[in-house]
Amino acid sequence: MQLEQFLEHSAERFPDKVALITGNDRYTYRQIDEEANRLAHALIASGVQRGDRVVIFLPNSLETVVSIFATLKAGAVFVVLNSTTKSDKVTYILNNCRATALVTSGTKADSLSTCWADTPYLQSVFLTGASESQAKAVQSGGKQVGSFEEVRKSGNNSSPMKKCIDIDLAALIYTSGSTGRPKGVMVTHLNIISAATSISTYLENTSDDIVINFLPLGFDYGLYQLLMMFKMGGTLVLHDSFAFPNVAIDKIIREKVTGFPIVPTISAILLQMDLSKYNFPNLRYISNTAAALPVEHIRKLRALFPHVKLFSMYGLTECKRVSYLPPDQLDIRPTSVGRGMPNEEVYVVDENGARVGSGIIGELVIRGSNVMKGYWELPEETAHCLKPGPLPGERVLYSGDLFRTDEEGYLYFVGRKDDIIKTRGEKVSPREVEDVIYALDGVAEVAVIGVPDPILGSAIKAVLTVRPGAQLTKQDVLRHCAARLEDFMVPKIVEFQASLPKTETGKISKRAIKVGAQEG
Amino acid sequence: MQTIDIESEIYKFVVDSFMFGQAAGLAYDESLLQRGVIDSTGVLELVSFLQENFNITVEDNEIIPTNLETINGIVAYVNKKLNGKS
Repeated sequence: MQLEQFLEHSAERFPDKVALITGNDRYTYRQIDEEANRLAHALIASGVQRGDRVVIFLPNSLETVVSIFATLKAGAVFVVLNSTTKSDKVTYILNNCRATALVTSGTKADSLSTCWADTPYLQSVFLTGASESQAKAVQSGGKQVGSFEEVRKSGNNSSPMKKCIDIDLAALIYTSGSTGRPKGVMVTHLNIISAATSISTYLENTSDDIVINFLPLGFDYGLYQLLMMFKMGGTLVLHDSFAFPNVAIDKIIREKVTGFPIVPTISAILLQMDLSKYNFPNLRYISNTAAALPVEHIRKLRALFPHVKLFSMYGLTECKRVSYLPPDQLDIRPTSVGRGMPNEEVYVVDENGARVGSGIIGELVIRGSNVMKGYWELPEETAHCLKPGPLPGERVLYSGDLFRTDEEGYLYFVGRKDDIIKTRGEKVSPREVEDVIYALDGVAEVAVIGVPDPILGSAIKAVLTVRPGAQLTKQDVLRHCAARLEDFMVPKIVEFQASLPKTETGKISKRAIKVGAQEG
Repeated sequence: MQTIDIESEIYKFVVDSFMFGQAAGLAYDESLLQRGVIDSTGVLELVSFLQENFNITVEDNEIIPTNLETINGIVAYVNKKLNGKS
């Protein structure tokens, strides 16, 4: 089976059912399937071949959904980027994965104007909502330009011939790397289908489910809401953000939403609102992942939504989801992230890779068909986390996360093995942020660390020293970072110090800085 | 307070708080969300600012895109609230 068949099978079973709601617009499975077929033919005609990468750089929208499935139908690999990604990084990713096609909007194409000359592999750009001058600008950058709107109007509605098998790549999902450059997590059709099947099994999803999604489709948590609803033949209500909570709550009630995936930030906003005047008769479950919910939030959410099942979950892009806590365990072990999903094995090992017993801290290992194939063209980094498993030729995922289990096998997160910061559920490489700050005139030394934050998991803190005579303010640093890094990577705290603590070998000691941050 | 003052105060707050002091051609009718200037926590910060700075009460059902998505929308909303008070 291939991933695009989630859509195709649902379009056969429920052609006239509403699959997607965005704003006031509703689209049936048949409409989306036909739109994806038309765009797939256009992608193929533009030169996209089996296994080629297609980058999708758009806000959450119908166009993103259609582009994802069109890419798969064309036999290609989709790469959805967070719509706040800055131009330099988009250029880096386009080149890193040697994308042959890009789907984006006229406005975003304007912001990418400097990238066309630097992306030799990129042949065609499909634009949505673009003016004639925006399209011309891309064309004069040497790219073949297609119009999303033109493709929608006409073209071949039928499904292109299948070329892939389920062990072919379906997507690259970019995540932060310890070297400071983003790494593409390679996932096959089988990887995604396995993870989506496991997750929808424990969430007990059916075709009656209506899930609302506020999370970017460029993050796997958001992406899977779409994939799982299309797998089940349910309905996805797609939003761009949770910025207007009342509008969101109205939507949940009006659209009779049954599933509400959240992250701790959304939970914090919900708990600030007066929800007493609302009823949520249709809401069946709330799921949380990204960062652990504070126990106090769990208690309050359960009081606000007494009839709703609350799923606490934990995941890694490299295998999508690691574990979930069955709702009936929430009162018994609220700080646990639960246990492995159906059809997945998770265990804790010592430094030699031997399994350890309960209560002992070790590295978490994940075994299952949801585990990625590796990092795109990074064999060393891949070998570092994918290691031989119990069967010949098999590779299991070493998570880099330290865990312990209780006597009944439930998992408890202890910390990271490396210095990667997990903030808002996203992994951020301190190195990537440091590299950006070092490029700012006047900066002498910088260390980026994570400090505990009840909502973000960890907040990013930059500690720096400036060159003699340099006048730098916190605003200067933040502005510089915001222009070059995605929103979640921009430090929350900036602190200037006269000097940074060093190790015996003269390297900046992050350990000492962290201790200082805790004491200070 | 003059409309022009309200407008410049709001513009300054948005640019200082969410764009690190650099307006980079932010237009008064541009969606602050689409542009990635504010997100969900940004909206809450904006609401606190409006309440404190203009001494108005922002009701939950007023936190909607029409009132808060663009600089023009925010200015119109604050004017309406201030006029309603007097």
